[in-house]
Amino acid sequence: MPGGTTTTHAAALAGAAADTVRRRRAYARHYWPFVVPAALVVVAVIVFPWVFTLWMSLQEWKLGSGRSFVGLANYQRLFTDDRFHWSVLRTLYFTALAVVIPVVLGVAAALAFHRRFPLRGLARTIFILPMMATPVAVALVWTMMFHPQLGVLNWILSQFGIPPSLWVYDAATVIPTLVMVEVWHWTPLVMLLVLGGLASLPADPYEAAKIDGATPWQAFRYITLPLLAPFLMVAIIIRTIDALKAFDTIYVITQGGPGTASETINIFLYLNAFAYYNMGYASAVVVVFFALIIGLAMLLLWSRERFRDATK
Amino acid sequence: MTLITRRGAMLGGAGALAAPALVAQVDAQGAFNWRRFAGERIEVSLTANPRSQILIQNQREFEEMTGIRVGSEQIPEQQHRQKFVIEFASGRPSFDVIGISLHVNKRQVGRARWTTDIKPMMADASLTAPDFDFADFGAGAVAYSTQADGRMDTLPEFTDYFILYYNKEIFARAGLQPPQTYDEMYETAKRLTDARNGQYGFVGRGLRNANVVLYASFLLGTQQRDSVDANMRLITDTPDAIWAGEMYKKIMRETAPPGVAGFNWNESQTTFAQGRAAMWLDGVGFAAPLEDPTRSRVAGKVGYAVVPRGPAHHHCALFGTGLGISTASSERKKGAAWFYLQWAMSKQNQLRFLTSGAGAPARESPYRNEEAIRSSRFGRDYFETLIASGRIARPGLPEIVPVTEFRDTLGAGLTNTIGGADVATELRRATEAFRPILEQSERAS
Repeated sequence: MPGGTTTTHAAALAGAAADTVRRRRAYARHYWPFVVPAALVVVAVIVFPWVFTLWMSLQEWKLGSGRSFVGLANYQRLFTDDRFHWSVLRTLYFTALAVVIPVVLGVAAALAFHRRFPLRGLARTIFILPMMATPVAVALVWTMMFHPQLGVLNWILSQFGIPPSLWVYDAATVIPTLVMVEVWHWTPLVMLLVLGGLASLPADPYEAAKIDGATPWQAFRYITLPLLAPFLMVAIIIRTIDALKAFDTIYVITQGGPGTASETINIFLYLNAFAYYNMGYASAVVVVFFALIIGLAMLLLWSRERFRDATK
Repeated sequence: MTLITRRGAMLGGAGALAAPALVAQVDAQGAFNWRRFAGERIEVSLTANPRSQILIQNQREFEEMTGIRVGSEQIPEQQHRQKFVIEFASGRPSFDVIGISLHVNKRQVGRARWTTDIKPMMADASLTAPDFDFADFGAGAVAYSTQADGRMDTLPEFTDYFILYYNKEIFARAGLQPPQTYDEMYETAKRLTDARNGQYGFVGRGLRNANVVLYASFLLGTQQRDSVDANMRLITDTPDAIWAGEMYKKIMRETAPPGVAGFNWNESQTTFAQGRAAMWLDGVGFAAPLEDPTRSRVAGKVGYAVVPRGPAHHHCALFGTGLGISTASSERKKGAAWFYLQWAMSKQNQLRFLTSGAGAPARESPYRNEEAIRSSRFGRDYFETLIASGRIARPGLPEIVPVTEFRDTLGAGLTNTIGGADVATELRRATEAFRPILEQSERAS
């Protein structure tokens, strides 16, 4: 009876499926112990520090003194602390410049190095050298070069009849000057990422565009740029994270000065934690800073999705 | 008549030859036992500076004398402060002996009782060498090392006075003498400023935090002298405080090199050492690099003078360091650490500090050592300036726990004044920002 056969078959199938689920469960029971070491590491180095930081942000705790629970008082203080607000604005200003300029220059450099020319390998090697230097050593060398009277940069300017600059020794020029160091240091990274992207692009669209009479700019605008977008997005995300967490260069060169003119969130946080020993307040800054980074990362990912949808 | 026989003469001679050794042995038995903690090992954590360098270079002397092994580290000042505070707060510091900047950490260390009171050990004859001579330490240095409750939780090592360095060549060319008052200093600096030729009358610290010690030098010359009153209330917005701020602003704005707002001591030192500034007001520890012809263009041309007089008082800012013994160390290690302190601050080491230009020792005897001073590479005016500064020294920073916050808050305002901001407004703003922090800190004490 066909109906009976079907029922038997269905029952057999159901039995097989149940068997598979049982086997999977048994398998899961057996493989869970293998996950435990990794889970323990994650809990120890990520989850526990985070929970502890959150807990500390609810305390009034100065190293060397007692600790007391103050609820959200540290967060309330953050929202009324002008110095913190300025540090957030400076961080965003610094980040915007330290992302946009290296990305633009990095793309230009990648396009240049993608072409064939004599000694291209040597030129590429020289271009990526700054990226290999230790940030603190780089910062110390730049500090010497920025000296308004004795630094080499003003001497170079004077050779071209340009008046001297105060570089990092003036509140108005300190952030752009620090960005200049970042650009010198990290443009090669963007160049490498984009160069990798360029090497993977197909030749067909360019040939078709050429037949259709597209200009080099049109080919770049409508073929290269959209195809490079995923690589650019990676470069932007990496640069954004790097610029947001920039500390060593700024601390070594200016320590947040003159005054507080280059005090970014990281410097503000560092001073509160390790110069003023306000561990509770510094923890609240960490939590807010983390939220800011998550927000920016989500914004970038959302932009990428939108861009991907638009180019489909 | 007693005849001197050959055998008798030989016995007598042998006795005479052996006598000093025997006396020394008897003395040694009755003398202080430096080897009481032989076999012990202690860890010493110091701030990186020329004085620590001297101690580390010579610590073998101590190890051979006592049989105590010493592990030493020296770390740059700011990082060292962070390290020891965090380690002390953890309850298990990695060191037994710690170098402390008294002008920054004295109250913090005292409040938390992180270092041992050394007075009981000093009073114990079995633990303190008879030639230790505590009376030799300057009264100011001892007071700086003593907490308000009478505990002496560090042994003074070094006193850092602010002095006036001046370029003798520039002064001679202009036919000028070192200034006697701050007003004179400003006028002299103006006369010696020739910006077109890259010469400036004055250089000093403009960077936030670092600049407060220069401002404090001016404030010490006023009637109020200090930044806090006897009740530990902040008084940095008073007419005297504003006078000091105005002096700071005008001398830095009008007579110092462009960009001085970002100068710490190292940029100031470079500027002065390159012959670009006629005067520099800073700590005593810079004589050695300034007199080093391989690093300085003004070697042999540096004049030293006490800081000028203010409108009401004549004081130079005093800062200091001391060595303490961790309370977390075992009793035996504390004993060994106390032996180390006695050696580190012995007359010999303190004389080494002075004659090498590493700074002003906390003991007084090195300044009386004419022979060492005569053979030193520094001129007599350097030593005379140190001695005279010792007589007018007064702490340059308030003895409060949040010293760094105080320096950052006030210092940011002072830096703004170099940019042209109004002194009274900046000082009022800084005072309002820091006052609640200080009040909270004092309530916790």
